[in-house]
This record gives sequence, C-alpha cells and structure tokens, in this order.
Amino acid sequence: MANSLKKQWDSLKGSQFYAHYRRSPVALLSSALLLIILFLAVFGPLFTPQNPFDLSSLDLSNAYLPPYPREGSDPAFFMGTDQQGRDIFSAIVYGSRTSLYIGVVGVLLCSALGIFLGVLAGYYGGWLDSLIMRLADIQLSFPSILIAMFLMSALGRGVGNVLIALMLVGWVKFARTVRGETLSVRKMEYVDAARVIGLPSHRIILRYILPNVMTSIIVLATMQVGTFILIEATLSFLGLGVPVTEPSLGMLCSDGFKVMFGGLWWVSVFPGLYIVVIVFAINLLGDFLRDELNPKLK
Amino acid sequence: MSEILRVENLTQQFRLDKSLLDKLHWEKGRITLRERVVKAVNGISFHVERGEAFGLVGESGCGKSTTARTIIGLNRPTSGDILFDGKSTAAMDKGERFALHKQMQMIFQDPYASLNPRMTVMDIVTEPILFHKLAGSRQEAEQRAYALLERVGIRPELASRFPHQFSGGQRQRIGIARALAVNPQFIVADEPVSALDVSIQAQILNLLMDLKEERSLSYLFIAHDLSVVRHLCSRLAVMYLGRIVEMGSREQIFEHPSHPYTQLLLAAAPKLTGSSIAGYEIPEKEMPTVLDLPKGCAFCNRCRYASPQCETELPALREVELGHVSACHLCGKK
Ligand SMILES: Nc1ncnc2c1ncn2[C@@H]1O[C@H](COP(=O)(O)OP(=O)(O)OP(=O)(O)O)[C@@H](O)[C@H]1O
Ligand SMILES: [Mg+2]
Repeated sequence: MANSLKKQWDSLKGSQFYAHYRRSPVALLSSALLLIILFLAVFGPLFTPQNPFDLSSLDLSNAYLPPYPREGSDPAFFMGTDQQGRDIFSAIVYGSRTSLYIGVVGVLLCSALGIFLGVLAGYYGGWLDSLIMRLADIQLSFPSILIAMFLMSALGRGVGNVLIALMLVGWVKFARTVRGETLSVRKMEYVDAARVIGLPSHRIILRYILPNVMTSIIVLATMQVGTFILIEATLSFLGLGVPVTEPSLGMLCSDGFKVMFGGLWWVSVFPGLYIVVIVFAINLLGDFLRDELNPKLK
Repeated sequence: MSEILRVENLTQQFRLDKSLLDKLHWEKGRITLRERVVKAVNGISFHVERGEAFGLVGESGCGKSTTARTIIGLNRPTSGDILFDGKSTAAMDKGERFALHKQMQMIFQDPYASLNPRMTVMDIVTEPILFHKLAGSRQEAEQRAYALLERVGIRPELASRFPHQFSGGQRQRIGIARALAVNPQFIVADEPVSALDVSIQAQILNLLMDLKEERSLSYLFIAHDLSVVRHLCSRLAVMYLGRIVEMGSREQIFEHPSHPYTQLLLAAAPKLTGSSIAGYEIPEKEMPTVLDLPKGCAFCNRCRYASPQCETELPALREVELGHVSACHLCGKK
C-alpha cells in the first residue's frame, strides 16, 4: 500500500499537473498564502504578545491603542488594541484557528456524508437514488445561509453545532457531484471487468469508483472550505455561531463592529480583511485545481 | 467434442421509460400510456463447442455486446437460458455462480476504458488472483502476474506503471493477462481488436490464437466485420437487429453464404472470396430500429430479393445444408 502510494506520488511528480502547478503564479501565490495562514494558526500562539481570550493577560493600560505607525501606537501591538487592551493581531491568530478548524472539519464531515449518499445513489440507482436526489432538490431550493441560520437557532450556539449545521447544509453539493461522476464512471468497462471478476459492490466502490471520482471531490472540497468559513463568519456575526469563549474571525468582526463608530475601526476591519485573505487564497487554489483537474466543473 | 456454452432463445430488452411519467404520451388529442422498449436481442440460440472459437458478426448496434454482456452475467436476461458446461446459469446457487467467474472471462472492446486508471498493471492483474485466492501469498500472486504479463508480451519491469503509460495494443495485452489470471476455460472477446491500429490487430489476433491452443480455451469471438473472424473461428453466426440470420461453419458462410445480409457483408468486406457479389447496392431506405422492429423480416427493406411475404412474415431459421442454417424465405429459391 505504502509502495503504491509512493508510485502514485512519483507519477504525480512526473505529471502535467505538477508541471503546470510549478509554472502557475496563481497556484504558487495561493499556496504560499495558505502556508503562511496555516503557519500562523498553528504556531502563532508561540509569538503573540498575549492570549487575547485569557482576561488575566490583558492590561487595561494598553486599551485604545491605534495600529502602528499612527500616533500613540505601540509596535508590540502593531494592529492596535480594543477597549479592553486586547491585541488585535493576537485575536486574529486565535480567531483564525477556530475559523479554519470549522472550515476544514466541516468540509471533512459534510464530504463524508455527501460522498456516501452520492455514491449510493449513483451506483445503485432506483428508488434510493430518487429519494436522495429529491431530498437534495428540496434542500437546494432554499438558500444555504437561511438553512444554516434556522438550524443554529434551533440547535443553539457552539462549535459542534456549527459543524452539524454546515454538514447538513453542504452535503448536497458533494452528493450531486459524486452521483454524477459515479454514473459516468460506472459505465466504464473497467467497472464491468471488476464485476466479471466477481468483486463485491463495496470493493468496486472503494477501489474502482471512488479513486476515479476523487479529483472532482478534491476541487469541490477546496472551494467548500472557503464557503464554510464565510458561512460560519456570517453566523457568528449575527450571534448565531460560535460561543464567546471560542471566538472566530466572524465573531471578532461583530465585536469590533460595536465600537467601530467610536473611532476604533481597526478592531473590526482587520479580522474582516483576514477572512477575505483566507477565502481569496482558498478560492485561487480551488480555481487552479478546477481548471487543471476537472474542466467539467466550470 | 462436448459443448461448453449453450444459449437458448435468449432475449434481452431494456425498458427506457422507467417511471410512470415517462410512459405517458400525448397522441391524437388524448393521453396514452406507452412504454419504449429496446429489443436488443430477440431470441437467439447457439452453442460453442469446447476448444472452439465461435464467431458472432454483425454491424454496429445489432446486439452483439448485449449478447456478450448477458452471457457473462453483466445483464440479467429478459428471457431464455444460458447453459455453461451443461448447467443452466439461472438455476445455479451462489457458490456455483461465484465459481463461474473463474471459468468465464471477458476481453473488452475499448482498451482505453477497460483498465482502471488508478491501479498499477501489477494490481490490475493480481486483483483476480488474490480475490479468488488462487495464490497462497502476495508474492506468489505477483510471480503469476509476471509470468502472465511476460506471456502476453508486456515486459515485467513495466508492471509497476499505470495504464496511461501504455499504448492501445499494450493495454489490450494487459486486459488479456487480466482475463487469463483466473485460468478460465471460456473467454468472451467483444471486438478485442476493433479499437486498435490495423498493424497491431494481427499481433493481438495471433496472440489470442496461440493462447487458445496453449490453454485449450474456447472463445465467443465478436466482430463487426467478417475478415477478422475468418482466420480465427471455425463456426460463426451472423446477427442482424437482435436476431441470428445465418449460422454455419466458416467454409459454409464464406463459400456459399445463403442470407442476403451475409452476402452484403461479404461484398462490403474488401474482396475476400470469389463468391462475393460485386456491385450490390443497398437500397436507400431507412433501417428499422431496435425500438420499433417490423413484423416481418427486419432486413427486407434493404434486401434486393424482398417479396411481399417478407414484409408480413418473420422468416425462421431453416437448414440449408448440414450444420448451416439461414433465416430467409427465399433460401434455396434464388
Ligand atoms: N443498458 C442499455 N439500455 C438501453 N439500451 C441499450 C442498453 N445496452 C444496449 N442498448 C441498445 O441495444 C442495442 C444493441 O447494442 P449493442 O451494444 O449490443 O450493439 P453492438 O452490436 O455491440 O454494437 P457495436 O458494434 O456498436 O458495439 C443498441 O441500440 C443500444 O443502444
Ligand atoms: Mg459492442
């Protein structure tokens, strides 16, 4: 298995995809941005001046500092501080952890559900297919943010509940894509060959269908991380998302919004800009992957 | 000689309108309930002797692949029976049906679609060996795979590559190795060379012939033109729109074809025998489709001998000489 993974990797390195990746400024830029973002989220707490959500580490004498290099600013708090003396850069680093966690784990959960239902619908067809796809159609006739808001008001705030809401909102896209791809892969003669060998359905699905629909799943999953970060930010901005104890970027925006017109614009704007940067980088990478791996999804 | 496969009155239909809504049609001011059914195979019977290569020939869309897929078990027959080694496959229990996968294998038409692009050649060939536990260990399975690949003409050191790194002819060889991996007795080859360059076709056909002798295989060999089966098959059947219109030994079909459609096929093939009829012109008429088969002979609107009887009455297969049957009202009369 490890051996075959290595071969897959070698063949990827020799592939057109890798050559295009190396020559694409868009792909390289977005990868670099995402690496920085991930690095900050993972290792950022090691060098932020404070834990912004540990009240004991805050100092009110640092409150109301503007961003560097404005007059009266402190280079240690180069993005400024809020009315409680909380460093905005530290808040962004900690907030991005929650946002990224929700985006990535949410996509893992909802892709698992969507792939499972999509492959069942596409491979077995019949009433199961009709049932799953009608359900998907009904859900698609409502805007996803509306469904998420509805679910969150029913479930209450919390990281786990946001994940559940995102999973229930996002599975449809995965299910539909995977079903369509499964339908076309199922017609390939190599699947017939597997059936002629006598392989059971679960093995055909795992070894023959899923590996061949993987590329479109990867493209979709990448884009969906961005979408989920935005949905989560919206929910948190509206006070329907994460709890105050685990603030995300959206929540920071919302908190800062209250003091925005008191002149402390940086408290809200910097977290907002960071969301934009994250989603932009993810979408750039997603666009590149889509163009390279699966022109059909355009 | 005993027979390895017998097909009796096999029909295969596909219902196109699966849901009730699709079946409703608006006709002459009223709604009617009518279902479209593709009649791909309509009651064909033949048998394959042990050690023989039996050819099935016909133009595109006449139901050759459907026949092959039903025999191999990819479709469930609408009606009729398939007997393998004298035993009806419909009457087999689970264990017997499972064992059938080891006895009957298939070579596919499109070498670019018949190998999983995400598996190495080694994995493709060892998959059936490991699944059917024909080797004690993975190493033993790989040894067998190497031997098979070598036999079909793929250098063993290429076994760790993926299918996209091979040419069409090489891929077809890998497909043959996969089919042989379970040591089958009977192989269905569905147009195994039609997707290949003409220069490669002969190599693959020779390989199939050699393997047949070495491993005493039996073949059901499908082709859309007669020239391919000519060197390979001892007996053959000609299909037209889901029915067998003529069947006999190679000599009988090529030396004195009886059915006008067979004669047409022979004429279309680049000058094969003295008996091919030059200057046969196909009447420019619309062919019936498998969705709407005529009551009489399906070939009659392209037939230059057609009589009124042909339009109303379906011709049955009749013996024109020993072991040579033909479905034409005019057999022996013209
Ligand atoms: N699963 C299916 N559903 C509906 N129609 C089908 C199905 N499979 C085959 N058909 C139809 O049955 C007819 C016979 O098809 P088949 O593939 O057996 O022809 P063929 O003789 O193998 O042709 P070719 O030389 O092109 O391979 C065609 O009209 C085809 O469209
Ligand atoms: Mg075919």
